[in-house]
Amino acid sequence: MTTTAPTAAPATELPRARPLPWLRHSLVLAGRSLAKTTRNPGPIINGVVTPALFMVLFVYLFGGSVAGSTTTYLQYLFPGILVMGAGLAGMVSTGSAINLDLKNGVTDRFRSLPISRLAPLLGSVLADIVRYLLAVAILFAIGALLGFRVQSGLAGALAAAGLAILFGFCLSWVTVFVGVLVRSAETVLAISFISFLPLQLGTSLAAPVETLPGWLRSWAEINPVTHVMDACRALLNGAPAGDTVTMTLIWCAALFVVFCPLAVRAYGRQQ
Amino acid sequence: MSENGFEAEGLTKRFGKVAALDGMSLAVPRGQVLGLLGPNGAGKTTVIRILATLLRPDSGSASVAGFDVVRRPGQVRRRIALSGQHTSVDEELTGSANLVMIGRLLDLPRTQAVRRAEELLARFRLEDAAKRPVAGYSGGMRRRLDLAASLVGRPEVVFLDEPSVGLDPGKRDELWQMIRGLSADGVTVLLTTQYLEEADALADAIAVIDHGRVIASGTPAELKSQVGGHAITVRPNDSTDTDAVATILADVAGRAPERSTRHELVVPVTGDEAFFEIAARLREQRIGVSELSLRLPSLDEVFLALTGAPTTATEHATEPTKAA
Repeated sequence: MTTTAPTAAPATELPRARPLPWLRHSLVLAGRSLAKTTRNPGPIINGVVTPALFMVLFVYLFGGSVAGSTTTYLQYLFPGILVMGAGLAGMVSTGSAINLDLKNGVTDRFRSLPISRLAPLLGSVLADIVRYLLAVAILFAIGALLGFRVQSGLAGALAAAGLAILFGFCLSWVTVFVGVLVRSAETVLAISFISFLPLQLGTSLAAPVETLPGWLRSWAEINPVTHVMDACRALLNGAPAGDTVTMTLIWCAALFVVFCPLAVRAYGRQQ
Repeated sequence: MSENGFEAEGLTKRFGKVAALDGMSLAVPRGQVLGLLGPNGAGKTTVIRILATLLRPDSGSASVAGFDVVRRPGQVRRRIALSGQHTSVDEELTGSANLVMIGRLLDLPRTQAVRRAEELLARFRLEDAAKRPVAGYSGGMRRRLDLAASLVGRPEVVFLDEPSVGLDPGKRDELWQMIRGLSADGVTVLLTTQYLEEADALADAIAVIDHGRVIASGTPAELKSQVGGHAITVRPNDSTDTDAVATILADVAGRAPERSTRHELVVPVTGDEAFFEIAARLREQRIGVSELSLRLPSLDEVFLALTGAPTTATEHATEPTKAA
């Protein structure tokens, strides 16, 4: 029996050790996710159209009665819409994309490759960041068209956009975790949409929490999304941010630290 | 270094109440093709998933290319490739982009990844479709691309889970040729199938499994002699000849034929001599036939011969990881 050197010379093209393989593989897979988005831009549209619709709806329907004028109200409303956009752009796509991969066998291939179990998940989430950037940029443009003006200059705008995107990034690990656990992509979408209402609307989005009825106010005050929206509002309007930025960062860290390892563990598990 | 491409010893795995594997042992010398033959739910996919480090066995041990699949999964993954029942290429990406991506994940520099992709696209006759999204590929092209994707890293061991499911015979033969090419390269292959014909066409050795256990194994020739070799089917043109045909078959085969349909007679034979003998006698007696064939036994007939019972495993749940 011939057993000497039976396999096609693996040494010639096999990898040299290069640093940070998990990051490199994540970037390759982020590229994959983005390439898929350009051919199927649904998630981006979702991340832009839904918040833009809410913005137009709220501003012209309630703006006059809530704040006296539509432009005053837009100054209040826009930052919350921005956060909603960043949240949605990833929330909807990442979980269901990963879930779909699990279904159709792509995940089996990834899991049988010598790559970190983190890479496919991180890749998808990193691609989301590009989606957030796009969603945030388009929302800024729509806001400006409707009459929103940043009061705090470029630095304030960048800080607010950065905060919204950071939060979107950290929040999407929750969706990733759900996407890995749940059996069907439909369920992932359903969970995303059901959580959308309390998470994004049960906040200071449309009106200050003080004006909300008691039960809703208690929820809105503990809802992390309220902190993010308050922080972005302060940053964009040049108002004192108080502890809202700190609270946002703490929430971001907490979501990431809890859900990223959970998701990676669930994904890499050998049942 | 082990002389075996992979080996498994006493693997067990339960999913809830179903024992998917119940003491499965396998071993394949390097560079050979093992055909794992069994009905749905016999444990074929489960054993592949364990060997490919996707699933942990409840007990027993397995090693691939000399590395334990539970203790050294990283080493195993460097040396294997998996091509599943469900083709696992990205619909939205082009054929070329799919292969380049795998190359990049295997740490090939971009130029090398591109070159390797071109090589494989040519080898699997996909050059013309290389720049088109996979969404527009036919079933056979997808299967070939999937196989190409599994070879990017020049694996030592390749797992093919029912590679020809859903392909028409022409495409299937094309795929078979490509699978034969693998073993010519010295790659060890584990192939699962529900068709003795496929295992016979591709494998150096066949293991028949049922209820998570190997119930027979050997070379295709050994196995065929165990299960009675071939079956001959005759359908006379004129149905009044049926009895005459039955007499010839009984005489040549040494046992009474079965009437599988109204005018079709089937009899198991060993060796192909019987076929020519039957043909000669039909001609002698001037009996015209619309069908006269010598074929390998079906999976059902294999099971009937080996266990005395038809396949039963299909009634059990298939592995939950493969939910439709």
